Amino acid sequence: MSTAAADPGLWLPRPYRVSRCKRELSDTFTLELLPADGEAMPAFRPGQFNMLYAFGLGEVPISISGDPDAIGPLVHTIRAVGPVTEAMRALQPADEIGVRGPFGSHWPVADAEGMDLVIVAGGVGLAPLRPAIYHALRHRRRYGRVCVFYGARTPDDILFKTELKRWRGEFDMLVEVTVDRATRDWAGKVGVVTRLVEGGGYDPLHTVALMCGPEVMMRYTSRALEARGVARERMYLSLERNMKCAVGLCGHCQFGPHFVCKDGPVFRLDAIESLLAVDEL
Amino acid sequence: MKRLHLEGLDALFGALRGAGYTLIGPRLRDRAIVLDELESAAELPIGWTDREQDGGHYRVAARGDDARFGYVTGPQGWKRWLFPPQEVLLRARRLGQGMRIEAATVEAPRRAFIGVRACDLAAIAVQDRVFVHDPGYQARRAACFIVAVNCTEAGGTCFCVSQGSGPRAGAGFDLALTELCGDGQHRFLVEAGSQVGATLLDTLDAVEATAADHEALEAGLARARGQMGRRIEHEGLAAALREHLDHPYWQKVGERCLGCANCTLVCPTCFCAEVEDRMSLDGSEAERVRHWDSCFNLEHSYVVGGTVRTSTAARYRQWLTHKLAHWETQFGVSGCTGCGRCITACPVGIDITAEAAALRQA
Ligand SMILES: Cc1cc2nc3c(=O)[nH]c(=O)nc-3n(C[C@H](O)[C@H](O)[C@H](O)COP(=O)(O)OP(=O)(O)OC[C@H]3O[C@@H](n4cnc5c(N)ncnc54)[C@H](O)[C@@H]3O)c2cc1C
Ligand code: SF4
Ligand code: SF4
Ligand code: FES
Repeated sequence: MSTAAADPGLWLPRPYRVSRCKRELSDTFTLELLPADGEAMPAFRPGQFNMLYAFGLGEVPISISGDPDAIGPLVHTIRAVGPVTEAMRALQPADEIGVRGPFGSHWPVADAEGMDLVIVAGGVGLAPLRPAIYHALRHRRRYGRVCVFYGARTPDDILFKTELKRWRGEFDMLVEVTVDRATRDWAGKVGVVTRLVEGGGYDPLHTVALMCGPEVMMRYTSRALEARGVARERMYLSLERNMKCAVGLCGHCQFGPHFVCKDGPVFRLDAIESLLAVDEL
Repeated sequence: MKRLHLEGLDALFGALRGAGYTLIGPRLRDRAIVLDELESAAELPIGWTDREQDGGHYRVAARGDDARFGYVTGPQGWKRWLFPPQEVLLRARRLGQGMRIEAATVEAPRRAFIGVRACDLAAIAVQDRVFVHDPGYQARRAACFIVAVNCTEAGGTCFCVSQGSGPRAGAGFDLALTELCGDGQHRFLVEAGSQVGATLLDTLDAVEATAADHEALEAGLARARGQMGRRIEHEGLAAALREHLDHPYWQKVGERCLGCANCTLVCPTCFCAEVEDRMSLDGSEAERVRHWDSCFNLEHSYVVGGTVRTSTAARYRQWLTHKLAHWETQFGVSGCTGCGRCITACPVGIDITAEAAALRQA
């Protein structure tokens, strides 16, 4: 029996040192990390994720939210929702966490060249899309129109607010933000993100759409895009499932025949749309 | 093919022990055939069988002969020796603000599995694919010697024929035995399936099998095939399962299913595992432990906001579609070897072959 394929480091996180923690929202923060051993970091592609390990507490899948082409720290944007992510919120510079990855499929930024790029995000779903946005900005001329449609619960939940403004101002980019519930000082749009998609601003026949957010939001968004004429084969979405290994052998992330950890998290819509329609799959 | 007399079994056990293997094999305990360490061939369940199996039903009985391998499939598969129910994967230590993390040392003692049935050989081959990159599994797997035993009788819930896995051990063994004892001449036919197996066989006092031996083997295999009352019809099954994810039939099975997870725990191919990180009380040390999980547990599909598969029907659907449709896509083989354990172990007698048939026609 050959053991040639066995990977001794399969489960082994590598310690990374926090170089910066930035509070984004009341419950969301961004960590910048550098390998504790000072060695090089692996490259990643937009949409990929890492397994982040909080000492003794647990390991959770978190997408990379930084710039794939930049030389600099590894960047993750995290919403504190439970024990592991709460512990990560309490991290200070020079603290360490474990990192395993990167894992998974990626946004098709290369295939989308020459096309309009429509990026639709809900809530913290903007974080996994930010590397794709950075990529598009860095190579702005390779794309047609670039639209970012973003939906947040309230104006206080708008992630990367200053960046959204900058993207809108400095680059030739359509950036639209909507909230579910407005507060008094909000002069922007109110309503679901699908409305923004319905508003157009892109050429449906030459558009690649990338979506990340709650599954219902992505379902409605894909319908709105399709109604405008965007083909299913040019829509991509990122899924979330429970993950315990990220390498296809703990069984937790199964979605029909797919392991979301390695076949996803980014899927082309037509590959999974019949499964998306099934409850409790 | 060679032939070994009854005492040859002791010689085989001795040779394996001499080569440094711990023997794992069947013995009778708590009115069941279980797998455990064996010192000698005398500890085998001599004269016992557990052929009496049905939905939610398992009985051992005296055979009235002194067959060593006269049982079929006990409740356990071999997976616990390769993919242990609980395993430490990592150890970590806090160093100031930092940490040191090390992979746990893998214990991979030389083990000889005695009496692996064809269905369970197939199950090991399935898990070889699942755990192809897993260092612990691969180390333990590389350290084992497999003595298969061909089935000349089938158990009440066996359906290996329709799964193409048995009753004859085809591949994946070092030695394969066939026990023949019906004709007053208690003997074993032996076949080597690897170089290691062949080398070991050379040290035993074996003679060439006769034409009569070959005939007795074929007759035994034919008897086992003929005794199998269940089968899964594969033509169109996977497609039907994929297309009928919303069929009301799942609700009907869901009403009967207790969600107890017995089927997944006895199944020799199921690989789902929970990974748990633990910390010492003073917070200075931590470890990561992997333990068996089941898609019937609510936490299995937990994500923030709630469990994905809340209904029992959805969890049963996950189990059945994974076994009989998606496994093939994922690993290029079926997730079911036809060992029948999930049928025997189901407290309410849900039968994978019957549910598959119903859904195929749905
Ligand atoms: C591919 C992928 C990318 C992700 N990217 C991000 C990101 O960039 N930012 C972010 O804030 N969150 C992200 N998540 C969600 C994040 O993994 C969960 O919020 C996190 O696991 C919650 O862990 P917890 O221990 O703090 O909370 P608890 O709710 O106590 O979680 C307990 C356990 O359940 C599992 N779990 C719970 N929720 C989820 C979930 N939504 N997805 C997968 N497993 C879950 C985990 O194994 C976790 O350890 C991503 C999830 C996936 C699958
Ligand atoms: S998902 Fe269920 S059926 Fe599939 S391997 Fe895991 S426990 Fe077994
Ligand atoms: S599904 Fe049932 S019959 Fe098939 S391998 Fe698993 S326990 Fe055996
Ligand atoms: S996370 Fe373990 S199989 Fe995908």
